Amino acid sequence: MEVALAIVIGALYAAGLYMMLRRSMVKLIAGLVLLGYASNLLIFVVSRLTRARPPLVPEGAQGIAEPFADPVPQALILTAIVIGFGLQAFALVLVRRAYQAVNNDDLDQVTASDRPDLQQ
Amino acid sequence: MLNAVLAAFVLAFAAPLVARHMPRQVGTIAALLPAGIFVWLLNQAEMALGPGVVERWPWSPLPGVALTFRLDGLSLLMALIISGVGALILFYAGAYMHGQAQAGRLYALLLAFMASMLGLVLADNLIALFVFWELTSITSFLLIGWHFQEERSRAAALQALIVTGGGGLALLAGFVLIGLVGGTWEIAELSAQAGTLQDSVVYLPILLLLWLGAASKSAQFPFHFWLPGAMVAPTPVSAYLHSATMVKAGVYLLARLSPALGGTSEWSLLFMVTGLVTLLLGGWLSLKQNDMKRMLAYSTVSSLGLLVTLLGLGTKLATEAAALYLLAHALFKGALFMVAGAIDHATGTRDLRRLRGLAGALPTSALAAGLAGLSMAGLPLLAGFAAKEFIYEAALFSGGGVWILTLLLLAGNVAFVVVAQQMTLRIFAGASLSFESFHAPAIPLWLAALVPGALGLALGLLPDVTATLAGAAARAIYGAPVTIHLFVLPGSVTPMLLLSALTIAAGILLYRRRVQLEPWLNWLDQGARLGPEGAFQRLVEGLPHFAARVTALQQNGRLRSYVLWIVGTWLLLLGLTWALRGGPGLPANLLVRLSDLRFHELILVLVILAGLASVMLANTLMTLIVSLGVVGIGTAIVFILFGAPDLAMTQFSIETLGVILFVLVLYRLPGVVRLSPRRTVLRDSILTGLAGAVITLMILIITDLPLVSPLKTWFAGASEPLGHGHNVVNVILVDFRAIDTLGEITVLGIAAIGIFALLKLRPGRKVAEGKDGP
Repeated sequence: MEVALAIVIGALYAAGLYMMLRRSMVKLIAGLVLLGYASNLLIFVVSRLTRARPPLVPEGAQGIAEPFADPVPQALILTAIVIGFGLQAFALVLVRRAYQAVNNDDLDQVTASDRPDLQQ
Repeated sequence: MLNAVLAAFVLAFAAPLVARHMPRQVGTIAALLPAGIFVWLLNQAEMALGPGVVERWPWSPLPGVALTFRLDGLSLLMALIISGVGALILFYAGAYMHGQAQAGRLYALLLAFMASMLGLVLADNLIALFVFWELTSITSFLLIGWHFQEERSRAAALQALIVTGGGGLALLAGFVLIGLVGGTWEIAELSAQAGTLQDSVVYLPILLLLWLGAASKSAQFPFHFWLPGAMVAPTPVSAYLHSATMVKAGVYLLARLSPALGGTSEWSLLFMVTGLVTLLLGGWLSLKQNDMKRMLAYSTVSSLGLLVTLLGLGTKLATEAAALYLLAHALFKGALFMVAGAIDHATGTRDLRRLRGLAGALPTSALAAGLAGLSMAGLPLLAGFAAKEFIYEAALFSGGGVWILTLLLLAGNVAFVVVAQQMTLRIFAGASLSFESFHAPAIPLWLAALVPGALGLALGLLPDVTATLAGAAARAIYGAPVTIHLFVLPGSVTPMLLLSALTIAAGILLYRRRVQLEPWLNWLDQGARLGPEGAFQRLVEGLPHFAARVTALQQNGRLRSYVLWIVGTWLLLLGLTWALRGGPGLPANLLVRLSDLRFHELILVLVILAGLASVMLANTLMTLIVSLGVVGIGTAIVFILFGAPDLAMTQFSIETLGVILFVLVLYRLPGVVRLSPRRTVLRDSILTGLAGAVITLMILIITDLPLVSPLKTWFAGASEPLGHGHNVVNVILVDFRAIDTLGEITVLGIAAIGIFALLKLRPGRKVAEGKDGP
C-alpha cells in the first residue's frame, strides 16, 4: 500500500500545485485543500503503515503490544487537519470578499496588495 | 591608548548637549580632549621612539582577535597629527559653525571620527584596524553628507561611501588571507614572518586586495574622483578628514604593512605606477580648478600619489622622504584648507577668479597662507623643503629608471608650486576688491590656520626635532634603524638642491603663463568624462534599473508567479544536485512491495485518483466541491484502514463542515473558469507533474529505509501510567503536547476573528461612521 499511496500523494501534490498556478480564485482554494490532504498523507505514510492496529492501550494493560500504528504522526496530523480547515475557511471568505470588492475572479488582475501605488 | 580612544567616543556623545548649553564655547571645550591626547602623546614620546608602548585587551580570543594598541614611531607621528590637527579643527569649527543649526552633531561626528582614526593608527591587530577603518568611512560619509537637504551632498556622500566601503570589503578579504597565511592577526608578529607571506601563492591576491582598499581610501587613481566630490562638506571637515588624516589611512596602511609585505618587485610596480599616475593626474587637475577647495582637493590627491610612490619605492631614503612629507603635508594642507574656509566665511565666495588683494583685509590669514604656501612650494627654512630634498634624493638613488622617476616627480612638484602661488599670491596680492557682505573672521578662523603654518616654520628651524620624529616613523616603515640628518640651510650645492630650484622656477613660470595654458588644460579634460567617475555614475544609475527589473520579474504581486518561482527553484536545485552529485534512484524491490496491496485498497486508491481528476476537470462549482469531498473522504478511509480512527473521525467532520461552508458562500463565489492559454497550461502541467514525481520518488526511497521510532514506544508505554488514558493519540494531544493544542486553538480563534473582520467590517464604512468606526 505504501507504493500505491506514494503515487497518490505525488498526484495530490502535482494537482494541488497545478491548481494554485491557475488564475481562477476558486481553483486556488481547491489547490490549498489538495495540498493539505497531500501533506497529511505524506506524514502518515513516511512513518510506515500498520493495518488495523490503532494505538489504544487495552483495559488493564500498561502498554501496547507490537505491531501498532505510530501515535506521534497521528497527533501531528490531527492538529494539521484542524488548522488546515481554519485556513480553508479563511481563504474561502477572503475570496468571497475579494470577489465582491473587485468583481473579478482573475487573480492576475488582483495584485494590489503588493503594489501600494495601485491601491487607489 | 584604549582610554584615549574611548574618551573621544564618549565625548562625541556628550558634544550635542554641550553645544546646546554653551554654543559659544563648545568648539574650545571639544578641542580640549584632542589637545590633552596630544600632550599625553608627547609625554609618551620617549617610550614610543624607543621600544614602543604596547597595550593588549582580549576581545574575541578564539579567532585571535584582540584590541592590541602599539605606539611606535609611525603611529606616534600619525596620532600627533590626528590629535594636534584635531584640536585646531575643533577650535576652528567653534567659530566656523557658530550659529548654524545642529552644530552639535558636527562636533559629535568630528570627535567620533577622531576616535576612530586614532584607533586605526594605534591598532596593531588587523581585525581591530579594520573595524576602525570602517568607522572612519562611516563618519566620513555622515560628514560629507552634512548638508543632507541638498541632493549634491547626498550624492557625494554616497559616492564616497560606496568607493571606500567597497575598498574596505576587498581589504577585509585581503586581511583574512593574510591571517590565514600568517596564522595571526597581530601586525607585529606578521612583520616578523615577511618571508612566509611573500612566498605564499596568495601573495599577489593579497597585494591586489590591499591595493583596492588602500587606493580607494587614499583617493588613488582610478578611485580619486570621490575626494573632490567630498568638498561639499563644511571646511573643517575637508581640512581634517579629507586632507590631513582620513585620506592618509590608505598610505598609513601601506606604511604599516611594508615590513610584512613590501620590498618585492610586485609591490614596487603596483604602488609606484598607481602613485605616479595619481601624482600627475591630481597635479594636472588641480591646475584648472577655480574653486579653492576643489583645487586643494586635487592637490591632496596628487600629494597622496606622491606618498604612495615613495612607499612603493620602499628604499631607506624613500621611507625617510615619505615620513617627512607626511608631516609637512598635514601641516601646510590643513592650514591652507582653514585659510580657504576663513576666506569663504569672510567674503562668501571660494572662486579664485573673484578673489584678489585680500592681504589688507585679512592680514593674519595672509600670514598663515604665506607660511603654508612656502612650505608647500618647498622653500628653505620650512618643513616642506627638507621633504622635497629627500624626495629627489630618493629618486636619484633609486637604482633603475632614475631619470624617468625624477622627471615625473619634478612634474608633480611643479604643480604643487603653482597651487601654492594660487593660494597666496593670487588671492592676497594686488589691488583689493570690495565685497558686499565682508565681515572680519573670528579669532579661531585665522589662529587655527596660523598655528600649523608656524609649526611648519618651527620644524624647519628645529631640524633635530623633525629628524627624530620622522626618523622614528621611517624606522617603523623600513623595519630597520634609520637616522635622518637635517640642516636648517643647505651647506653645499647638491643635485637635489638644483632640482628644488628648478622646481620652483618652473612653478613660477607656469603660474605666470597660466592664462595661455587654459586651452590646453580644457582640451585634455575631454577624456575625463569617459574616466572612472563616468563609469561609477553609470553603475550607480544602472543599478536601480537592474533591481527594478529583477523585482518586476520576481515580486510582481501575482500569487501564481511566486508559487512558480518556489517550485521552479526547488526543482532546479534538486535537479542540479542530482545531476552533479548523483543520488538514489528507484528502489529495486518496488514490485515486491506493491504485491501486498489488497483489493479494497486498490479500489480506494482508484477512487481518490478519480476524484482528483474530477477536481481538475470540474466545470461547475458544485462538481468541484463534490470532487474535493471524494478526495477528502478517501483520505479519511485511508486513516481508518491503517489504525488512525481519530484522524478519520476528524477528517469526516471537517469534510462535512467544509461542504457546509462552501455551500453557505456558494452564491457569492465566482464560477470555475478557464483563463490560462494552452501554453501556460502545458508549462504548469510539466512543472507540477515533475514536482509530484519527485515527491513520489522521495516517499519510495524513505519508506525503503529502516525506521527506528523511540518516541512511538515511549508514548505507547507512558500513556496509561503517566496520562491515565488509553487512547495514546488523545493523551499526546491533551496532555504531553497540550501547549501545541493550545496553539492550534489559538490559530483557529485568529482565523475566526479574521473571518469575522472580513465579513462584518468594510473599509468604506469607517469613513461614513466617523470616529466610532472599527
